[in-house]
Amino acid sequence: MEKNITAPLIGSEIKELKSGDYVYITGTIYTARDAAHKRMYEALEKGEKLPIDLENNVIYYMGPSPAREGRPIGSAGPTTASRMDKYAPKMLDLGLKGMIGKGKRSEEVKSAIVRNNAVYFAAVGGAGALLSKSIKKSEVIAYDDLGTEAVRKLEVENFPAIVVIDSKGNNLYEMVLQSC
Amino acid sequence: MREIDVKTVTENIKEMCIEANHFLSDDMKECLTNAVESEKSELGKKVLNSLEENLKIAREDMIPICQDTGMAVIFIKIGQDVHFTGGNLEEAINEGVRRGYIDGFLRKSVVNDPLIRENTKDNTPAIIHYEIVNGDKVTITMAPKGFGSENMSRIFMLKPADGIEGVKNAVLTAVKDAGPNACPPMVIGVGIGGDFEKCAILAKKALTRNVSVHSDIPYVKELEIELLKKINQLSIGPGGLGGTNTAFAVNIETYPTHIAGLPVGINICCHVNRHVTREL
Ligand code: SF4
Repeated sequence: MEKNITAPLIGSEIKELKSGDYVYITGTIYTARDAAHKRMYEALEKGEKLPIDLENNVIYYMGPSPAREGRPIGSAGPTTASRMDKYAPKMLDLGLKGMIGKGKRSEEVKSAIVRNNAVYFAAVGGAGALLSKSIKKSEVIAYDDLGTEAVRKLEVENFPAIVVIDSKGNNLYEMVLQSC
Repeated sequence: MREIDVKTVTENIKEMCIEANHFLSDDMKECLTNAVESEKSELGKKVLNSLEENLKIAREDMIPICQDTGMAVIFIKIGQDVHFTGGNLEEAINEGVRRGYIDGFLRKSVVNDPLIRENTKDNTPAIIHYEIVNGDKVTITMAPKGFGSENMSRIFMLKPADGIEGVKNAVLTAVKDAGPNACPPMVIGVGIGGDFEKCAILAKKALTRNVSVHSDIPYVKELEIELLKKINQLSIGPGGLGGTNTAFAVNIETYPTHIAGLPVGINICCHVNRHVTREL
């Protein structure tokens, strides 16, 4: 089913999302990938504050290519989510509601999704030029020294994604393999 | 003896980095067009349509096809009658990569040390494979390699007794494990024979071969066809979301090996299988 949703996500909206749904996301989301996750995780372990408020928010696992003049961002497709599996359960427990990436997730992440009424979306991997068109604004808000891996705040309009793991723990990737 | 100024190498590599990241080769585009036609899954078709649109936007607006503009892999065949002048060849290659990635607005994805991990900020160094051949020409292939798919690549040191069935199992295992992580539809490069590193290099080289051309060794050609069919029966599909197009091609290269071994390298590539070749 096709659905329009807004970010940050609210709890009731998440319950309606089912594995296989095609969604268009509008609103504010944040980017973070390997190096930013490692830094945020270490900050939490030291009891420090995170540069972003996780509550109800969506993190897009993405490191863009540089923007040409006059554009908000360069190519901007998803990176492989499983590399963030070590960090994701803790972030979900702290209020993170959505993750956008590509590829499989661990059982620990799936349980944390269910436990926290959250959702894992996939964006089409390797469609960074197309996806960049749904990003209207981009601003580095933390860890600037990490270059492409910095944390960015994005304003997105009708950003296309597919629900892979829904809040009940259904997993589209597993469903398609079992059907063969 | 022919003299070539290394500045020519730098300039060409720079242009090739930019070209490879914005324009796919005709054989790859054709695979995608055919897949859009043949795909049975509705969601799969939608993904494939997005990929076609993505290629169009990339070439028209000069936005890299994928944000992972890769590590720069360079295959350089040097005629033995060539003499390079004006500097060091390896430095000239890296200078080409540096300029290509900076001037071309490509992502800098290389860290200086695998564990300390500081970004080199210019995507150098490149991975360079040199080959000395006859003649006085230089042929350069530039292939940016993304790591979503690179991470799913494997080497199997099979036993001679495992034979061709062992090779098939190895390839299917690697593709199954890769699944949605490698941005399917994939292209699978396979190197059979040689030793530990040779099979891996062959597999990478196989990815730069035109995907519409089969091996000219009859049994290898058959193996390529059979493996592609079996891979597409896995129903991983475009984006791993289910469907009939899991891979576009299986390209296999072989090499003599040791009496005790059967090395198999499997280099997985995504649908953004980029490579540009120029002759100097
Ligand atoms: S695997 Fe290929 S298409 Fe996917 S993100 Fe990496 S380079 Fe891009």
